[in-house]
Amino acid sequence: MEGRIVAGVLAPHPPHLVYADNPPQNEPTAECGWETLRWGYERLRKDLDAIDFDTIVILSPHWQTYVGHHFLGVEQFKSLSVDPVFPNLFRYHYDLKVDVALAQAICAAGSKAGLVTKMMENPDFRVDYGTIVSCHLTRPNWDKPIVGISSCRSAAYYSVEVMAEQAKALAAATCAAIKASGKRVVLLASNSLSHRHFTHEAEVPEDMSREHIMSHAQYLWDMRAIDLLRNGHTEQFLDEMPEFTSQAISETDAGALSWMLQCMDMPKYKAELYGYGSVIGTGNAVMGWFPETS
Amino acid sequence: MIVKGIIVPGIPHPLLCPDANEGWRRLADGFAAARDEIIASGAERLLIYSTMWPSVTGHQIQADPAPTWVHVDELFHDLGSIPYSFRIDAAFGHSFQAAAEARGLHARTVAYHGFPIDTGSVVALKLLNPDNRIPASIVSSNVYADRAETIVLGKAAADAIASSGLKTAVVVVMTLSNRLFSDFIDPKDDHIHSPKDEEWNQKLLEFLAAGRLEDLAQLSRTIQDQIRVHKVVNFKPMWWLSAVMGQHNRYAGKVHAYAPLFGTGGAVATLTPAPESTGDKEFDEEDVEHYRGDRTVLGGLDPQAQAPPSAPPTDGQPINTDTAPAPVGAYPHARREGDLLFLSGVGPRQPVTNAIPGGPIRDDDGQAQDYDVAAQTEAVIENVRRILKAAGSALEDVIDITVFLVDMDRDFKAYNAVYAKHFTAIGATRTTLAISALPTPIAVEFKVVARAPST
Repeated sequence: MEGRIVAGVLAPHPPHLVYADNPPQNEPTAECGWETLRWGYERLRKDLDAIDFDTIVILSPHWQTYVGHHFLGVEQFKSLSVDPVFPNLFRYHYDLKVDVALAQAICAAGSKAGLVTKMMENPDFRVDYGTIVSCHLTRPNWDKPIVGISSCRSAAYYSVEVMAEQAKALAAATCAAIKASGKRVVLLASNSLSHRHFTHEAEVPEDMSREHIMSHAQYLWDMRAIDLLRNGHTEQFLDEMPEFTSQAISETDAGALSWMLQCMDMPKYKAELYGYGSVIGTGNAVMGWFPETS
Repeated sequence: MIVKGIIVPGIPHPLLCPDANEGWRRLADGFAAARDEIIASGAERLLIYSTMWPSVTGHQIQADPAPTWVHVDELFHDLGSIPYSFRIDAAFGHSFQAAAEARGLHARTVAYHGFPIDTGSVVALKLLNPDNRIPASIVSSNVYADRAETIVLGKAAADAIASSGLKTAVVVVMTLSNRLFSDFIDPKDDHIHSPKDEEWNQKLLEFLAAGRLEDLAQLSRTIQDQIRVHKVVNFKPMWWLSAVMGQHNRYAGKVHAYAPLFGTGGAVATLTPAPESTGDKEFDEEDVEHYRGDRTVLGGLDPQAQAPPSAPPTDGQPINTDTAPAPVGAYPHARREGDLLFLSGVGPRQPVTNAIPGGPIRDDDGQAQDYDVAAQTEAVIENVRRILKAAGSALEDVIDITVFLVDMDRDFKAYNAVYAKHFTAIGATRTTLAISALPTPIAVEFKVVARAPST
C-alpha cells in the first residue's frame, strides 16, 4: 500500500509550554502559565489519538545547517536537552527513536532532486530543543519514531523566495519518500508565527500578567496568517509569506511551515485552529490539517 | 588589567581536521602562537565573547565552574565529537553580571549541567587553553543588541576586569567574511567565497596588523553589510572588544594566520597594549555609558527620550526623579540653593526594584554576605548621574563629594579605582570616611555638591 500523510501540524516550540506542563522529564517546574496554548495542544493530541499513524516527520528551526538539509540518522537518541536561551525553564531528559529508513529515503530523494542533503550519523549528537519541545507537546508518550530534518539557513544568503523554492523541492522529496515507504505519517512544522521576543523575562516566568504580544502590528500579521489558513487560502498565504516573514519577523523564515504546506499539497480545506497565544512576546498558533477527514 | 586581545574563528576544522587542508593547519598553528602569547603575557583569566552563542533575554554569562560534555557541531557533525571539561571562573561571571546590571543591562549567569556551550567557545578554549591552566569566562552575543548596547556590555566587562585586579586576555570568536559554501566541498578546494569578500578581509587584516582596533570597530558598520555577516551577529565582537579594551588604537597587532574556512575568512590575530597610536577616536554618537532600555525594532522610541526638557529648578526647589532609587526617609533627591545643587546621600540601590548591584552586605537575617564594592560604586555614580540629569546638571558639574564606606580596609582600593575612572578628569574635591553602618545593606554612599544649571 502507498504511504501517505495523514496530518500536518503547525506545532510551535516555546519551551515555556513544557515548563508549565511540568512533565517528569523536565527539571524546572512551574505553577501555571500559557494555558490557552497548552489547552490547544491538548485538543490537538485528542484529535491525533483518533488517527492511526506510524511516524512523525518534523522540520525544526533550531537545528540550523548552512549547508543543505540534514536528517537524524541514528536509531535512538537519549540525552539531556538544555535550552540555550531559557536554560532556567527547559532541561529535558529525552529518549527518542528515529525512523532511520524513512529519513534515508527522504535524504536520498532530496539529493536526487538536486538539493544538498546529508545524514547525521554521529551518536553523540544532541537533538535540538525545538524538535524535543514540539514532539513532546504533540506526543508526550514518545511512542512513535521521528524523522528530524534540519532547517537549511543558506537561504539567508539569498531571499525568502529562494527559501520557499527550496521548501517546495524538499516537500516533493518528502512526499515521494513517504509514498514509497507505505507508512502513515504526521508532519510537524515547528515554528512560531511572529517572532520578536521581549528582552527581559519576568521574575516569575509564568507570571501571565506580564505576557502579551510584542506589538499590535505583529498581532495583526498573525491574525491575517491564521485567517488565511483556517479558511483554506493556503496558496494566498504562501504568496504573502515573504512579506509576512519580513514584517512579523516570523520564524517561518526557517522554511518549516512552507515545507509542510507544500507537502500537504496546498490545502484548500480549512485548518483547525487549536489555540493562539503569545510567549515572551512572540505569536504562536497550534493548527492542524487532516486530509482524510477534510 | 587587560593584557591581550585575541581574534579567533569558531568553525571547528582547525581543531578537528587541521591536516585536511594547509590553511586549516595554518590556523591551528596560529591558535598555538596565540596561546604562547597568552601564556607569556601572564594572563590569569580568559574572557570569551562568542558570536556563536546567541542570547535573547539580555546577556548570559557562563558560571558553571566545571562544565563537562561531549559536544557535536550541528553542521559539521561528521568531523567528530569534541569531549570537553573546562575550568570556568564563576566568581568573575557573577561580578561581570553585576557590572552589566549596574550599567542598566539585563544579564544573568548560567550554571546548569548540560548547558550547550557553543562550538566557537569550545574550539577557542580547546585550542587556546587545552590544559585549562587559565580559568575562563564566556559571555553570549545578544541577537537584539545594537551597537550602543554592545558597547555598554564591553564597558561592563572592563569594569569587572578592573575590579578583579587580575590580568585578563580577552578573546572574540568570529569569522571575517562569513559566507559559507552552500554545498559540501573537497577540503583541498576551500577558498574565500568571493574576491569581494577577500578584498574586505584584507582591509580587516591590515587594520588588525596595525593594531587599529577602534578604527576597525568603526569601519565594521560598513563592512558587515558587504561580507554577509549574519544578520543577528553583525560585527558585534569588534564593537565589544574595542569597548573592553578602551576604544583606542594603541595596540601592537599581529596576524598569526589567515585562511579560508569553508568559504569564510578565518583569522587568528592578537592585540597587545602599546604606547603608540595611529590616531584619536572620532566622535561616536553610539558610544554611551549606560543602557537605557529597548528601542523597539518596530520604530518606537524610549518615552523618556521623547519627553520635552523640563525647566531648570528654581531656588529652594526640591528635586525628585523616578530614575533614581526612592529615598528611605523624608528628604528629596536634591535641592537647589543659589548656583549649587545639594544631593542627599546616594547609594547603589536600583530604581523601582531596589536591587543592589554587587549584592547586599548582609542578608535579611543580618548575616554578612560577600559583595562587590566596585559594582556598588558604579551603581552609586550612575544614580548620581541620573539625579543630576533630572536637575538639569551633569556629572561634569560635580564640585565636591563626601564618600562613606562601611569597611575602609576591605573596600577602599576597589572603590577608589572605579572612582578614578569617572572623576579623574572632572577633578572634584573629595573626602572619604569610614562609618559603622548605612540605613540599607550597602557598602558605599556619596554625598554630592554640584553646580546648578543656569536659569
